[in-house]
Amino acid sequence: MNYEFNWMAVLTGEYRDWIIQGLMVTLKISAISIVLSLLLGTIVTTLRMTKIRVVEWICLSYIEFFRNTPLLVQIFFWYFGSYVILPEAVNQWLYAHDYEFAIGVVSLTVYTAAFIAEEIRSGIISIPKEQMESSRATGLSFIQSMSFVVLPQAFRIVIPTLISQFLNLIKNSSLVMTIGVMDLTYMTRQIESYSFRGFEAFTVATLLYIAISLIVSFAITVYNRKYLRMIKY
Amino acid sequence: MHWDVVWNNMEYFLLGQYPDGPVGGLALSILLAIGGIFFAFWIGLVFGLMRLSKRWYVRIPSIIYIEIIRGTPLLLLIFWFYFLAPILLKRPMPEARSTLAAFSVFTGAYVAEIVRAGIQSIPRGQMEAARSSGLTYFQGMASVVLPQALRNMIPSFVNQFVSLTKDTSLAFIIGVLELTRAATQVNNRTMNAPAEIFITIAVIYFIICFGLTQTSRYLEKKLSYKTSGKIRREQIELLEDSFETPK
Repeated sequence: MNYEFNWMAVLTGEYRDWIIQGLMVTLKISAISIVLSLLLGTIVTTLRMTKIRVVEWICLSYIEFFRNTPLLVQIFFWYFGSYVILPEAVNQWLYAHDYEFAIGVVSLTVYTAAFIAEEIRSGIISIPKEQMESSRATGLSFIQSMSFVVLPQAFRIVIPTLISQFLNLIKNSSLVMTIGVMDLTYMTRQIESYSFRGFEAFTVATLLYIAISLIVSFAITVYNRKYLRMIKY
Repeated sequence: MHWDVVWNNMEYFLLGQYPDGPVGGLALSILLAIGGIFFAFWIGLVFGLMRLSKRWYVRIPSIIYIEIIRGTPLLLLIFWFYFLAPILLKRPMPEARSTLAAFSVFTGAYVAEIVRAGIQSIPRGQMEAARSSGLTYFQGMASVVLPQALRNMIPSFVNQFVSLTKDTSLAFIIGVLELTRAATQVNNRTMNAPAEIFITIAVIYFIICFGLTQTSRYLEKKLSYKTSGKIRREQIELLEDSFETPK
């Protein structure tokens, strides 16, 4: 193999700045999508628990449809098709601002929320029915007993699986490069085509992704050891 | 809406240029997924067994492989194979083949974890009994533990196959002409029906993946009844019903 390694090419100067910029975009888009998908997922699950047929059916078809289609197709759908679905004013506003980034956030959020909704649901099911019944009996409304009694308990149980969903989201966020969001993978690709330093750039990017996921899975282990034991029924 | 664009190109979506050229579209996606899961099964079986070994020099390489692959986005792995395989092999590698390699290596790490969980779910006594009846470790594994473990793993395998089918869309990025690539090509050519095209593609993926998901749910239910030594779920429900306070 006649390949000359030149790590300094990637770790100094302009290319290093590109990698750092890309990492920041990856972290930013992941963080925003995590918060939004957690919100959307919780809302969808709560709606699914209302026992109203139509609402339940809509939520279920949302979950099944978005879980069973590739994220890449969804990204393209939002990216190319947003002008059909969204109102004109919203589109104009998006075009004026960071359109690609917004579409990236939307598609990651909608995709991940479908998975998160199922995780939260399995958490809620594991909470004894009596919790809901007794809080309703003490005079709380459905929404109140959901948000003060059932969901806080359910979240504590599903946190480890939620975190692994967030981990998937961070890895999936690499797909937004296809619509031109300049994330870590995009920058790596760009360094490759500018300098032919593919080995070095891909190694650095891979190590960064692995570092993120190792930190997160370490956090899960610590959490499991510390808190999960305390939950007993 | 321009649904005629979709109908006119349906054959291209499903088969690519097949009779006149190489297989593409949905057919190629499915071929990639089936090929990927086939190689991933053998890779996963080997590394899953290595992961359970008592010898550290066998176990550690397997842990490193599994953790690195599970921490890396598939997209980066595809780039790794696409850009670096030709340098290592010193000859060009077709796109479809290099993505197939990436899919196999990627899914293999997940299959290894499924295999590990499946084997661990079999009571240790099975292996001990096999060993004490005179079988070697590999014989005991191959004819006693694995046949039981593999049956339990079937639903997880189907789920993994579903996510691999979805992941074949990433082959788009290096120019493999599978379903997603065919869709973007038609979209770039026609320019007037992006929403229709991508809805159709999404529905095609959905039909396949949803069908498989339902199959895995059915299998999970059916296989969980068969597990010996446990009360059936139905019986538990019956018991619970009979203990309910009269109204």
